[in-house]
Amino acid sequence: MSDTSEIAPPLWLLAELTYRCPLHCAFCYNPVNYTDHSSELTTDEWLGVFRQARALGAAQLGFSGGEPLLRDDLEVLVGEARKLGFYTNLITSGVGLTEKRLGDMKAAGLDHIQLSFQDSTQELNDFLSSTRTFDLKNRVAKSIKAHDFPMVLNCVLHRYNLPHVDKIIDMALAMGAEYLELANTQYYGWAHANRAQLMPTAEQLKEAEAVVERYRSEIGDRCKIYFVVPDYFENRPKRCMNGWGSVFLGISPDGAALPCHTARSLPGLTFPNVKQRSIREIWYDSDAFNRFRGFGWMKEPCRSCEEKTIDAGGCRCQAYLLTGDPANADPVCDKSPHHEAVINVVRKAAIEREPDEHPIMFRNDSNSRRLAASRDGRGPDHHSVADLAGVRK
Amino acid sequence: MTALKLKPIFRLQWEPAQNAHVLLYPEGMVKLNQSAGEILKRCDGTRHIDTLIAELQEAFNAPDLGDEVRLFVAEAHRRGWLESQT
Repeated sequence: MSDTSEIAPPLWLLAELTYRCPLHCAFCYNPVNYTDHSSELTTDEWLGVFRQARALGAAQLGFSGGEPLLRDDLEVLVGEARKLGFYTNLITSGVGLTEKRLGDMKAAGLDHIQLSFQDSTQELNDFLSSTRTFDLKNRVAKSIKAHDFPMVLNCVLHRYNLPHVDKIIDMALAMGAEYLELANTQYYGWAHANRAQLMPTAEQLKEAEAVVERYRSEIGDRCKIYFVVPDYFENRPKRCMNGWGSVFLGISPDGAALPCHTARSLPGLTFPNVKQRSIREIWYDSDAFNRFRGFGWMKEPCRSCEEKTIDAGGCRCQAYLLTGDPANADPVCDKSPHHEAVINVVRKAAIEREPDEHPIMFRNDSNSRRLAASRDGRGPDHHSVADLAGVRK
Repeated sequence: MTALKLKPIFRLQWEPAQNAHVLLYPEGMVKLNQSAGEILKRCDGTRHIDTLIAELQEAFNAPDLGDEVRLFVAEAHRRGWLESQT
């Protein structure tokens, strides 16, 4: 047993109940090879995870996926989690969120629902999720408010819908959302595979940010709007996950424990499974959770950098995807010798304005199987992006 | 003046692991110091600020908490934790 006194307990438990999803969003952060991990924990196994994590100190619990509503034991899981004292968050596309299930989850004590939208227009919403769900989401939003749930509307932004930010905010206001998360696409998983298609221009981002500022000053505290700029347009990396193994504990559908949502894309790590090891062992003692914890793992320029305590070296997945080594500095940082790679991606996006050059690759089982079969589908940039275009044909 | 009340999106809770009251909200948490915890747990829609101050002064046997409490309540309003005053 290592010395646990210096390691703070997990606070934020994310339960990815299933990778199954009725939507096929082109920017999904799930692993591109999710079809390789199709087994799911049982109800009792999940309840064991919740009890252990709560005992360590976790207070927030997110039910996510995939689409968590595809688990018919969701109400049981929510009810038990709420009894344990978690603040319970349902993160959903809304597909399958019937009046009955809303009522049952209200009774079970669910605290909040985050509903995702892809755009303010039916055409784009349906195109980007490769389904016909816009009207349904509108109906679900009304039902959520009718059941008096706090509601966060989440819309992932990119080249196609950034010009509609004003309409998206109007929609959130009309629906009575308490928070609106305008989350610019971060390029992992399926979004990384579709990066050339989704990457916005600096001008688009600037205009959208100005619109957000204008609304913020007009609407007061009626709805809190978050606008997250994509990393590629920054000069310093984000403090990813508040530091590896610092607050976040993700459990994937098959029971693998992850220090970040997309850690599964990293090479050379074996993620401990809750079926074999206790949450306490996983959090404090496993190699995967200790690998990038603190500062000891850092290489230059991070190791001697006075800002390392601010950003904790940035994002390990981004370091891997853009430089080939997850222990490198996040190349978003302009002190990284690889920063040029980020600049080039942004520059290329500004030049190539032909959206139909490469078809968007929607997240679905057959694309997943193809990507899983091709090592490049999971690999870093320097041998993946060009090949992915070929894989699609 | 209306009674002080946390917005329903927030939940105040004692966390043994942190030895503190925390304010929970969608995907977020604020760890509160002792006085913030004592004030917020009384913001349950049954007290006006004057009653709340009197009660805290009594409970902690401290005669002049008024300024500190008013300052904190103003900050809690600014952060959007409390129902708007009408």
